[in-house]
Amino acid sequence: MFKDLFRSKQKYVTVKPASVRREIPDGMWSKCTKCGQIIYNKELAGNLKVCHKCGFHFKLSALERVALTVDADSFVEFDSDLLTVNPLGFPGYEEKVKSGKNTTKLNEAILTGQARICGFPVVIGAMDFGFMGASMGSVVGEKVTRAFEFAIKRKLPVVMFCTSGGARMQEGIISLMQMVKTSAAVARFNEAGLLYISVLTNPTTGGVLASFASLADIVLAEPEAQIGFAGPRVIEETVHQKLPPGFQTSEFVLAHGMIDKIVERKNMRKTLGLLLSLHSKVSEVALGE
Amino acid sequence: MSNGILEFEKPLAELEKRIEELKVFSSDKGIDLSGEIATLERKAEDLRREIYGNLTPWQRIMIARHPHRPTTLDYINLIFDDFIELHGDRCFRDDAAIVGGIASLEGRPVTVVGTQKGRDTKENLARNFGMPHPEGYRKALRLMKQAEKFRRPVICFVDVAGAYPGIEAEERGQAVIIANNICEMARLEVPVIVVITGEGGSGGALGIGVGDRIIMLENAYFSVISPEGCAAILWKDASKAREAAEALKLTAQDLMRFGIIDEILAEPGGAAHKDREAMARVIKGAILKHLDHLVGVSRKSLIEQRYRKFRKIGEFIVDQQAGTSEEIRDTISL
Ligand SMILES: [Zn+2]
Repeated sequence: MFKDLFRSKQKYVTVKPASVRREIPDGMWSKCTKCGQIIYNKELAGNLKVCHKCGFHFKLSALERVALTVDADSFVEFDSDLLTVNPLGFPGYEEKVKSGKNTTKLNEAILTGQARICGFPVVIGAMDFGFMGASMGSVVGEKVTRAFEFAIKRKLPVVMFCTSGGARMQEGIISLMQMVKTSAAVARFNEAGLLYISVLTNPTTGGVLASFASLADIVLAEPEAQIGFAGPRVIEETVHQKLPPGFQTSEFVLAHGMIDKIVERKNMRKTLGLLLSLHSKVSEVALGE
Repeated sequence: MSNGILEFEKPLAELEKRIEELKVFSSDKGIDLSGEIATLERKAEDLRREIYGNLTPWQRIMIARHPHRPTTLDYINLIFDDFIELHGDRCFRDDAAIVGGIASLEGRPVTVVGTQKGRDTKENLARNFGMPHPEGYRKALRLMKQAEKFRRPVICFVDVAGAYPGIEAEERGQAVIIANNICEMARLEVPVIVVITGEGGSGGALGIGVGDRIIMLENAYFSVISPEGCAAILWKDASKAREAAEALKLTAQDLMRFGIIDEILAEPGGAAHKDREAMARVIKGAILKHLDHLVGVSRKSLIEQRYRKFRKIGEFIVDQQAGTSEEIRDTISL
């Protein structure tokens, strides 16, 4: 189903069709996390990986996300040549990176590139929870920063599909500083008067939420995603009380004023297209000065 | 620990006590023991050097978290003149876990902001153990924007276990406010000097921790996660915090090596709480020195330099076989 979406030209680092085949989970069936419904995997994939019974949104890989979002044949990947190192000599880190690469077929926990959405050129990023919980280390920080810097240079809007367990513990303080690096890149991007849309997907937490994910002009979220700064267990241990129902969900953060809108997966592409269209007219005037 | 003496400091504390006793005995009885006392004092000096010269990361954390460690307000009072504390975020409430205001530094007006731990149980409860809520970070940003308006440098004192992980903190957008502070501080058009005096607890520290210079006291730490939290995740055992403290490379010496901080300040007597006046003098000297280098810089280059300072942080390699990134960019056309 995603086969035709990626062009393969030699010079570009392109996403090869073989790497998207994995989108069907191992085995024939999946069980819905929310309602327990057993779903035939082919059927799940045919419904954008949304449970047909209760509407629960399953996680998407970065490649699936990009494939579902961009126009056919329009995606060119950036920075697939950046490779993770182990700057702290942290025990067991290399193995985790290797396993993340195998799971996601990506060099790191985010896929970035240039594409079109409903005909509008954008810089796009999609994080992949299968790569160490989409935690942000040096390479993720660098790819995000480069994506914004490229967008400034080419005067393009940025769309970021976020998911993350937070900063990457294994890179210690260096990963914490990626919060500053990416946020500073967004700050610069803002000064260029360009549009940034972020989409928070399940789950978006910790250092990624507390940096570039929250800094968009428009922050969208998929339904029922976990969105929060601190982990629920840490909070429970700190405050010694039970967390209210629906705590740290998309609906909760919408009600508390932290995001702009919840958009179901089936409407995401259309919504992004509309927002891009509305801003394309404004930016033409602004950039014409 | 009630007397403030850490386990590894005990031999030294006992020796110091004996010297003190000898001095009292000598003056009470009018017996000259200066030779013995001098010998013991040399011994104490050697021991001090041995203990504080070979601290493990975990021992440094113990010192950084010491209940007698000077707090932000202690330093403010020792370093600045005429401090006027300003309160509130103009939105929800005044968060006592963050203090801030205007002060004079050798005649130069500055804005000072810092996390504030309590100095006893009662004050700790009032200050939430120095762990801010979103409104605290909002107050900090308000004061920093005020500093920008009046062209005052900003001095930030960081000593925080972390941003408060509570229900209301989440409801009021802890993540959003920290992101916002980082973003705004990255572009603040006045010099910002950050002094990490004790704990540099992750995002909670970054919320007031982005600056042109980052200075750390020699026993302060700055980490992506607490050693306890790291141990709980990694080994499902929070008691392995010592091992985690080693693995996380979170000491001032580590951060200097990674090029993240600009200077390490030695703690007089081995630990800041032993001589807070001397510690404050050291910090003041460092602030003055760095400010001298920053005040003359134009707004534009100040922000450009700050951007580059953080832009270069990150360790990775480029896979030569995949073709360079620049090449990819140059071949893209719409
Ligand atoms: Zn379901």
